[in-house]
Amino acid sequence: MERIIFGDNQFFAVNHISDEKSRAQSIKFKDDAAIIKTLDIAREGGINTFMCTTHDRIANICKIIRDNPEYSDFKIYPCMPYAHKYANAVTDLGIAGTLKQYVPGNFIGSMFKGGVAFLSKDYTSIMELLIDAEMKMFRGIDTPVIFLQNVITDLLLGLGMTDFLVAFAKYVEKKYNAEAGFITMNLPKLLNTLEAAGLKNPIICASVNKANFRMSGGKDLYEKTISEGRCRLIAMQVLGGGAIPASEALEYVSNLPNVESILFGASSRQNIENTVQTIRYHDYKKTEQLVSA
Amino acid sequence: MIKVALIGAGKMGISHLAILGAHPSVEIVGVCDTSKMVVDVLKNYSGYDCYSDYLKMVDEAKPDAVIVAVPTKFHYKMVKDLLNKNIHVFAEKPFCLNPTESLELSSLAKEKGVVNQVGYHNKFVGTFKEVKKLVNGGYIGEINHFLGEAYGPVVTKKKSDTWRSDPNEGGGCLMDYASHVIDLINDIVAPINSCKGSILKSIYSKSVDDSVYALVNIETGVSGVISVNWSDETYRKMSTSVTINGTKGKIISDANELKVYFKSSSVPEGYSKGWNVKYVTDLAEEVDFYLRGEEYSSQLDHFIKSVQGIVQNDINTFESAWKTDHSIFLIKEQSLA
Repeated sequence: MERIIFGDNQFFAVNHISDEKSRAQSIKFKDDAAIIKTLDIAREGGINTFMCTTHDRIANICKIIRDNPEYSDFKIYPCMPYAHKYANAVTDLGIAGTLKQYVPGNFIGSMFKGGVAFLSKDYTSIMELLIDAEMKMFRGIDTPVIFLQNVITDLLLGLGMTDFLVAFAKYVEKKYNAEAGFITMNLPKLLNTLEAAGLKNPIICASVNKANFRMSGGKDLYEKTISEGRCRLIAMQVLGGGAIPASEALEYVSNLPNVESILFGASSRQNIENTVQTIRYHDYKKTEQLVSA
Repeated sequence: MIKVALIGAGKMGISHLAILGAHPSVEIVGVCDTSKMVVDVLKNYSGYDCYSDYLKMVDEAKPDAVIVAVPTKFHYKMVKDLLNKNIHVFAEKPFCLNPTESLELSSLAKEKGVVNQVGYHNKFVGTFKEVKKLVNGGYIGEINHFLGEAYGPVVTKKKSDTWRSDPNEGGGCLMDYASHVIDLINDIVAPINSCKGSILKSIYSKSVDDSVYALVNIETGVSGVISVNWSDETYRKMSTSVTINGTKGKIISDANELKVYFKSSSVPEGYSKGWNVKYVTDLAEEVDFYLRGEEYSSQLDHFIKSVQGIVQNDINTFESAWKTDHSIFLIKEQSLA
């Protein structure tokens, strides 16, 4: 994985601290061209991986990337599912209704007919069909890592449904020749659970920041877990939702051991360039220190 | 360990189940739902004992506490049965279909001396907790007006009916959506106890309201406006906010960002004269397990700690939810006048 990965929250009005900023982002990124322009700025800064949710609009972005030879070595890390799509559907249609709506074909319809007994493999099949549906938009694009969104990872974690986490990892490897990644707000608990289920050194994307924001169990436990080097870690929410100055936040995360990649998103050229330069500066300093030692 | 059972494994029920499943002081002893598929998955993948009859579950699993997350119309009977068996109850919001039922349950819970809580999670949001502190501390002076708003994309097109679109089941924007902000105003300012005018409008739904606009008062006569619309797709998800005008300042807050203006230098610690902005990132308390927002974990943790006797059962009690049901009732009545 690359050291710096570009995220997509800013494109879809996801802002953890301000509804006003979120609306401004909605307006700014109304057209796909504005998203592409921002991705190009990130590419100019040497970032070649885009981690994005399976939002409907990403299908258009994928088409542009697919059709343009300039992006031939560009990678996307899909994160599925786009939770609000399903959450709104569950509110409205219930769990069974949502599955009927989103699982392709008539699989669910036939499951619900006449009280057929459900087999375990049926549920894994449902998951596989949902993964395939989400992956359709990425056809022809290099997707070496496929992520499960935190709301699903953590839901399954809380419910003790580890089998689905393992089945997800197996399926994306088999069908898409990709590694599975797990986004979580509960890094220590998830890592213990995955290891116990036989998934060693998994790719995990979690909140890691100096502000102790969304680090369940606390920063000390996170730092201890990270120092043990048991997973390939992507640090996200590194600015802690904006609670601390960016330079201080980036210095902290850049210097943490065992953080393989740093994920960030930004809308303006200035913020993108500053973030990239700051991370590279700290990385450079770290290498120099190692050399001189 | 506190033995907890769940009735109703829908969206909220499953979310509660995951949070409780990860709670170090909780043992899940049973889950009750009518969907064969949901029960099947929970039995096979989580290993929970599952039931389709809640009374049977209670008798066999003997829970200390039960989470009731079924549609509102079932709350009254189920909660009453549980209280009569001296079981601690956490019920989803809105509490009951009418304030008469809520009052009866509130009195019964007190009589039985069991812990009782309703799922109005906004009271556990860092920014709103801070708003309450500022208002109670008198830092914005005497309140003269408030505005409670909530907008979101729940019903954005005409479609088939579900329980959410049945007024007899607790559906509709007033009951299901506006209840959050009404409850918040009731808690931060004072219970809304009269309604001067209200409009309940359908936009896409056939039989229920999709928006609520009301002019209301609290006991002291302070006025307020409630403006709620769940058919507004310019919001990515539900956005709840309160604006409170006082003689010494003004507060504008949503779940992410708190803006407060102080007229003078007499301000609480960490603030100054003029505009101040605080973010939920500064105000949220860390949780042991995070699923959809700190507040969902915090409210259940508060419930469990109340059952353990570690904290007072004083947030979102049945009594406070009864007052909210009463405010909802007044707004509904006025719209028919």
